[in-house]
Amino acid sequence: MRMSVTWKERLARNGLAWALLLPSLLFLILFTYYPMLKTAWLSLFQADLAVPEPVFNGADNYAFLFSDPVFQKVFSNNLWFAVGTVPTSMILAFLMALFADKAMAGKTFSRVAFFYPNMVPMIAVANIWLFIYTPQYGLLAQLAQWVGRADMNLLGHPDTVMGAMIVMMIWKEAGYFMIFYLAGLQNIPKDLYESASMDGVGAWKVTTRITIPLTMPTTLFVGVVALTNAFKLVDHLWIMTKGGPDNASNLLLYHIYDTAFSFYDQGMAAAMTVVMIAVLLILSSLQFFGWDRKIHYQ
Amino acid sequence: MQMQAKWMLLLLLCFTMLVGCGQSGSSNAGQAADKAAGQGISGAEPSGDKKPNGGEENIELTFYYPIAVGGPLTSVVENMTKKFTEKHPNITVKPVYTGSYADTTTKIQAGIQAQQPPDVAVMLSTELFSMLDTNAILPLDDFIAKESGDVLQDFYPAFLANSQVEGKTYSIPFQRSTIVLYYNKDVFKEADLDPEQPPKTWADLVEVAAKVKKAGRHGIEVPGSGFAYWMFQQFALQNMSDPKQNLMTQDGKKVFFDTPENIEALQFWHDLSLKHKVMPDGVIEWATVPTDFLEQRTAMMIHTTGNLTNIKNNAKFDFGVAFLPMSKQYGSPTGGGNLYIFKDIDPKKQVAAWEFIKFMTEPEQAAQWSIDTGYVAVRKSAYETDVMKTYAADFPQSVVARDQLEHAYAELSTHNNGKVSKALTDQVQAVLTGTTDAATALKKAQEEAERALKPFNK
Repeated sequence: MRMSVTWKERLARNGLAWALLLPSLLFLILFTYYPMLKTAWLSLFQADLAVPEPVFNGADNYAFLFSDPVFQKVFSNNLWFAVGTVPTSMILAFLMALFADKAMAGKTFSRVAFFYPNMVPMIAVANIWLFIYTPQYGLLAQLAQWVGRADMNLLGHPDTVMGAMIVMMIWKEAGYFMIFYLAGLQNIPKDLYESASMDGVGAWKVTTRITIPLTMPTTLFVGVVALTNAFKLVDHLWIMTKGGPDNASNLLLYHIYDTAFSFYDQGMAAAMTVVMIAVLLILSSLQFFGWDRKIHYQ
Repeated sequence: MQMQAKWMLLLLLCFTMLVGCGQSGSSNAGQAADKAAGQGISGAEPSGDKKPNGGEENIELTFYYPIAVGGPLTSVVENMTKKFTEKHPNITVKPVYTGSYADTTTKIQAGIQAQQPPDVAVMLSTELFSMLDTNAILPLDDFIAKESGDVLQDFYPAFLANSQVEGKTYSIPFQRSTIVLYYNKDVFKEADLDPEQPPKTWADLVEVAAKVKKAGRHGIEVPGSGFAYWMFQQFALQNMSDPKQNLMTQDGKKVFFDTPENIEALQFWHDLSLKHKVMPDGVIEWATVPTDFLEQRTAMMIHTTGNLTNIKNNAKFDFGVAFLPMSKQYGSPTGGGNLYIFKDIDPKKQVAAWEFIKFMTEPEQAAQWSIDTGYVAVRKSAYETDVMKTYAADFPQSVVARDQLEHAYAELSTHNNGKVSKALTDQVQAVLTGTTDAATALKKAQEEAERALKPFNK
């Protein structure tokens, strides 16, 4: 009796909310959560060309993964790719936002110019940068000719290929993050800056004591987006290196694609997908639950 | 996000299932029953139960094909299928352009899993074992046996080599290529070399490359990105003392990567850049090599015949095409795509698909397709047709690839082919970038390939 009353009360209170959430929830379940669970289930099977039907093999796929040198390499590549792209593009985005916010003349121009790389599709970006990096007559090679080193083949060497990719990714990403910082800067009350200038506080102190703390929510958001992007954006590999030379530029998602569609190894691809989902979950939950308390929400 | 690939597959599945439902709903009712029967027998002796294609029953075939070379080829294919229907009014072919080779295979795999494969398709000749292991394709021997005379006789054996395993033929060559040496005749003249005397041996190659090299121009380029295993195979074949040898066995269960001869071959490729300095070092990107050649940044290149039309249309200088230089023998692997028929379809469609394959590889079609694309025509009689004779007289370079077929061998193709060829590609790249020496690298590739092949050697 008591139970049904609370149920009714709850339904009356939350009914509309549920009704509004239901359509998107349905699609999420159908296209996100269901495939995720299905993938997790598949990762416990051997499902490759050696067996006509998937065979349950427990944690074997995972055991193999962690001893597989290619997976280790691809995974550490991806970590370096994140380390290389995330902080730099965020700092750059912040500085660009400060500049685009303050710039008197050409305010719109500078914003458009900074944001432009983001509007170019990844495949086109890869083609542009493929030309930039081409030895002998590529843009960079022509510049390097002045210094007398035209023959550098950045994409063809394991030591340089990752750096080249990171630079390209920062170029593409920073403008996108700048937009969020610009929005964040608009939200800081102007009277804070006014009182600071009345008190004669220097620009450095204003930035470190007012701007940076008050844009922390943006930083958190951008950080999550940047980290996940470091694992998600791999389109350029199809155009530029195919993960080579010798897996030096290979990233997790590209390797998963290769495993599933070139090697027909569905079980292993599923296991790697689960690892990837887990990593992304841990990263984003660390940020949300860890940093959350230190942030000044307004 | 990271599920994109899976999503695509899922969507594809939904899509193919929808299409499938539509089909069985609209066409005659008997088809569903026929299909079930076809599935039942397909495990044992599929084509034995085939009824002859009697009557005027209308049959519609779905034909998947990829495009891997430039040019307006979808319209060429559509014209070919229209011509076919003119000859066989009861068979309509629906050509579906399915992107690259990789995309096509992915779509077909999704179709197979949904039990809605296309009826006939062009896939890489090296997909043979993967298709067999997923039980997807039909052996063509019963069709071949019913034809008068030996149909396969006319096809170049080098192209058929990738179609056959354990005495059965599973696919018919359609768009095939080999690797050749392209050289810039103007540069040869400039360096006081006879432009009609391309290098014949490895030693010649090094010598000539050193002579034509100058600041801003390399002697030779060999691409080492995506298809490094293929480029390695040509060096390996040239260095084999026994012409019956290859990198793998015909049954696709064993590979021989780390033989002393192969180590020598890989060492030679490595030395071109790091010892003789006639080639840029590091891994050279597949697509930039033809551009470098056209821009005269390299005097010679080793590349697929698939680029012939591109070079012909864009070279602002006189160029020659030659056999690949030899060490112990001339040699090149073949490449490209074959026509396959799928198992899980109505037997009547299988018969119709065979008619279609026969038509597509008729001498006139093979000749025209070769001229339009730059691929090597797959059968001897294609070179006896008038169109081909006129074309060859006008463009003698096109015949070199055909002549080299005498020295061409099966492309690396094994069970678990994706993993095996990737193992080789990775290690070749490690050597080209100077990270590992040839012997260690090939030993590693051998071990990795053996691990991938282990389940097939029980």
